[in-house]
Amino acid sequence: MRRYFGRKLLTYLMTFFVAATIDWLIPRFMPGDPVAQLVSRSNGISPEQAKALVDYYTRLFGLDKPLPVQYLNFWNSLIHGDLGLSVYGHGTPVTDMIMAAVPYTLALLIPAILLSWWAGNTFGAMAARRKWLDNTALPVGYVLTATPYMWLALVLSFVLAFSFRLFPLSGGYGFNLEPTFTWLFFTDLVAHWVLPFLSLFLVQFGGWAIGMRNMIIYELESDYSRYLEALGAPQGLIRKYAFRNAMLPQITGLALQLGVVVSGSLVTEIVFSYPGVGHLVFAAIQSNDYFLLQGIFMFIIIGVLLANFIVDIVYVVVDPRTRVAMRGGTA
Amino acid sequence: MHLGRYRVLALLAAASIVASACGSSSATSTVAPSTGTTTATATPAAAASATGLPATDTTVYPRAETLYTSGKQWGAPSTWNPFDGNSAMGVVGLQYETLFLYDPIKDAYTPWLASGGSWDSGKTTYTINVRQGVTWSDGSAMTAADVAFSINIYQNAALGSTLFTFVDKVVANGNDVVVTFKGTPAYQEWMQALYNMPIVPAAVWTPLNTADILKSLNMKGIGTGPYTYKTAAQDRMVWVKNPTWWATKALGLTVAPTYIVDIVNSSNNVALGQLLAGGLDLDNNYLPGIAQIVNGGYGVTTYFAAAPYMLGGNTAWLIPNTQKKPLDDAAFRRALAEAIDPNNVVVKDYGNIVAVADPTGLLPVWTKYIDAAQVKSLGATFNTAKAKADLAAAGYKLGSDGFVTNKDGSAIKLNLEVPDGWSDWMAAETLIATDAKAAGININPTHPDYGTVVNDRNGTSTAAPIFDLVINNDVQIGNTPWVYYDYIFRQPQIAAGAARNRNYEQYDNKDAWALVQKLDQTPVDDLATMKSICSQLQKIQLTNEPVIPLWYNGEWSQVNNSVWTNWPSDKGAQVQPATWNGYWQMGAIYMLTNIKPVKAS
Repeated sequence: MRRYFGRKLLTYLMTFFVAATIDWLIPRFMPGDPVAQLVSRSNGISPEQAKALVDYYTRLFGLDKPLPVQYLNFWNSLIHGDLGLSVYGHGTPVTDMIMAAVPYTLALLIPAILLSWWAGNTFGAMAARRKWLDNTALPVGYVLTATPYMWLALVLSFVLAFSFRLFPLSGGYGFNLEPTFTWLFFTDLVAHWVLPFLSLFLVQFGGWAIGMRNMIIYELESDYSRYLEALGAPQGLIRKYAFRNAMLPQITGLALQLGVVVSGSLVTEIVFSYPGVGHLVFAAIQSNDYFLLQGIFMFIIIGVLLANFIVDIVYVVVDPRTRVAMRGGTA
Repeated sequence: MHLGRYRVLALLAAASIVASACGSSSATSTVAPSTGTTTATATPAAAASATGLPATDTTVYPRAETLYTSGKQWGAPSTWNPFDGNSAMGVVGLQYETLFLYDPIKDAYTPWLASGGSWDSGKTTYTINVRQGVTWSDGSAMTAADVAFSINIYQNAALGSTLFTFVDKVVANGNDVVVTFKGTPAYQEWMQALYNMPIVPAAVWTPLNTADILKSLNMKGIGTGPYTYKTAAQDRMVWVKNPTWWATKALGLTVAPTYIVDIVNSSNNVALGQLLAGGLDLDNNYLPGIAQIVNGGYGVTTYFAAAPYMLGGNTAWLIPNTQKKPLDDAAFRRALAEAIDPNNVVVKDYGNIVAVADPTGLLPVWTKYIDAAQVKSLGATFNTAKAKADLAAAGYKLGSDGFVTNKDGSAIKLNLEVPDGWSDWMAAETLIATDAKAAGININPTHPDYGTVVNDRNGTSTAAPIFDLVINNDVQIGNTPWVYYDYIFRQPQIAAGAARNRNYEQYDNKDAWALVQKLDQTPVDDLATMKSICSQLQKIQLTNEPVIPLWYNGEWSQVNNSVWTNWPSDKGAQVQPATWNGYWQMGAIYMLTNIKPVKAS
C-alpha cells in the first residue's frame, strides 16, 4: 500500500516539476512586452511620465533580470508561497487576485462536475434499460455533448436572460449589492450562478449519459451477467453488479474530464463576465501578464493533480481488484 | 425506487431555490427593473434610511439613487492613486479635484478649487487665489499650503513630469499661491496643468512623497470631491456621495446620484445588453450599430440626435513610418493621403457616428485655429486619379501586378497594423487598403494582438520600430492644439521602447519643432499669435503629410433615459458626457449636477 502510494506521489511530484517549468516558459514565449503594453494603455501621458512608469514597473516585476535568474526567483518565491505581483492588477499580489476569484470558479466547477456526473450516469443507466427513453431522450445527449460550452452559454444567455428576463445577464452578484450575510444577497448570488452552472452542467451531462448507457449495455451482455441470469438471479441484482462495473471507466473518465472542464469554464465565465479564475486568465492573456498567468496555471496544475490523486484513492476504495493487486503485485 | 425519490426531492429543492431567487432578485439584478418591483426592493433601503443609516453604510443601493456607468475601466480597479495614470474611474474628478475646469466647447476656464488666477503685468508670475471654505472629506480645511504642496509634488522624478522644466518656484502666501517661472513660461502647458493637477492633502501625502510614491494604492483616499470611496471588486467601482462637498454652498451645485457604480468592461455585447435592459445608465464604450438603436425607440439617446451622434474626442491618424522607403518621400505620402477616402469608413464602418477629419486633423473645437484658405489650396482631398498622377510624377512606376514599385524597382508592400479585437478599426483598415489599392498602392491590412502592435510601433530597447503603417488616436481633446502639434512634431526623438508615445512616425523637422515650442510659449488668450503659428505649422503639415488625418473618433457616449434624464446634449446642457480620465475636469462633472431622476425617490 505504501509503495503504491509512494510511487504515485513520486510520479505526481515529477509531473508537477515539469508542468511548473512549462508553465513558467509559456507566457514568456508570447510576443509583446507586458510593461510596454500596460503603460501604453494610459492615454495622454507625456513621454517622460511614460518612462517613469516603465522604469517603476520593470523594477517592480523584476523583468530587468536575465532569464535564468528569473527562473530561479520563480522557484524561490513558489516555495515561499509567493506567486508574484500582477501586471494587470498594477502590482496587486497574484495570490490575492486568485483567492478572490477561486470561490466563484469552484462554486461553478464542483457542483457542475459532480452533479452532471451523478445525474448523467443515472440517466444513462435508466436509458440503457428503457427503450423508449433510449430512443427519445438520448439523441439529446449526443447533441449536448457535442455542443461547445461558449455557444451554449450564449444561447442560454440570450434566451433565458435577455429574451425572457428570467436570470441576470452577467456578473457574480448584482451591481446594486455588496457582499453581506443576508438572504437577499444569497439569493442574488444563486440567481447569477444558475446560467453559468447550466452551461457547464448540460454539456457534461450529455457526455456522461451516453458513456454510461454504452457501458451498461456492454456489461449486461457480458459473461457474468448472462451466467447470473441463467442461474435465475433477480434482474435487480444483475443490474446492481452491472452498474458497479460500468462505474469504473466513468471514474477514470472523471479524472480525464477535469482538464477539459476547466477550459470550458474559462469561456463560460467570459460569456457571463462571471468573476472567476477563467475570467482572470482571459484578462491576463490580453495584458501579457506573465505572473498572473503563471499563478493561475500553477493553481490549475495543482488542482488537477490533486483531483487525480483523489480519484486514484477512490479507485482503490471502490475496486477490490486494485486492492488485491496493490498488496500482491507491486513488487 | 428510493434513488428516484431522492432525485425528485433534490430537483424540487433546486427549483425552489431558483424560483425564490428569481422572485426576489429579478428587481435587484441587472435585468430591467419594472415599476412595481423597484419599490419592493427599495423597501429595505428606505427602511434603512428611515432608521438613519448613512449612505456610506448601506449595502443595497436603491435604483432611483444609483447611477450605473461603464466604459472607462478595462480591468479591475487596482489603484486609487491620483498620480497613477491607471487609477480607477473617477479618482481624479469625483474624489480629487483640480484648480480649474476647462470647457473645450466654450474654450473657457472655470475657477474650481481656485477662486481665481491671474498673471502679473509682465506675464512672468502667476498668482492662484485659493478658494476659502473648501474642506477635505475628513473635515479639515484645504489651505494654500495644500495647493502649493500638490504642485511641488511634481518635482518627484518618479512622476516623470516636465512641469519643473519651466516652473521655478511655487510658494504659498496667505490665501494665494505664487508661481514663478524660468525664462518665458510655457503658457499653454501651464494652463493645461491648471485643470489637470489633482489637489491632495499635504498631511497625508508628505510621508508618501518618495521614489515609491506610485506604490501606495490610496484606497480610502481623502479628497475635496463630491464622492468618496465606497467599495470595489473585480468587476465594479462604487462611489458614494460626499455630503460636505464645498460646491454645494459655494456654487449651489449638488450631484444627483447618491451612488455611482462603474462596471468594468467585459465585452461590447454585454454592455449593449445591459444598456438596453436598463441596467446601465451611461455607457462610454464603442457600440456598433448605435445609430439604429438611437432611432429604434429603446429610450437610448446620444449627444446629437442625428449624425454624427457623438462629440469628437480625438483624431484617428494614419501614421507612416517615415524612416522606411517609400514612406520617407513626402510626395508618396501625399499620394497616399489622396488615395484614401475617410468618408467610406465614416459611412460604411461607423454608420455616421463619426465625422471625416479636416485635412489639418484639428478637432471641431479648434476650428478657429485652422487657416481655412490655406487648407483649401494645400490640403489633400480624396481623388484616386490625382493620386495616380502624383505617384507617376514622383517617379513611382506601375508594375505588372497593378501596384507601384519603388524607384529602384523593388516591390512596395505596406503592412497596416491595428490591434486585434478593435472591430471598428479592423473594418476601417480593410476599406483603407481597398482605396489605396485602387490607386496602385499595395497595402496589406493586418491585426496582430495589442502587445505586438505596441512593440512594432514603439520599438523595443533592442530594436527600432518596424511598422509600416498604424492607425493611432492617443492624444485626446484639450485646451490647446499644441497637444496635437507636440504629438506630431516632438523633438528630440524619444528612444525606442515603452516610453515612446510622441512622434510615432519618427519625422525630423527642426523648424516645425521650433514653431511648436513657440506656440507653447504663447499666452492662451493671444489668439492672433496662436493662429499665425498654427497656420505655419499647418503649412508644414499639409505639404509634408508626416501623419494623415482620417476621422474624428467619437467621445462614445450613449445613455438610457429610463431612470435618469436631462443628459448632456447639443439642445440641452452642452457638457462633456464621458467618464474617461481627464473628462471630469473638462466639465463632465456638470453632467452629474444636471441629471434628474425620472421618478422622485
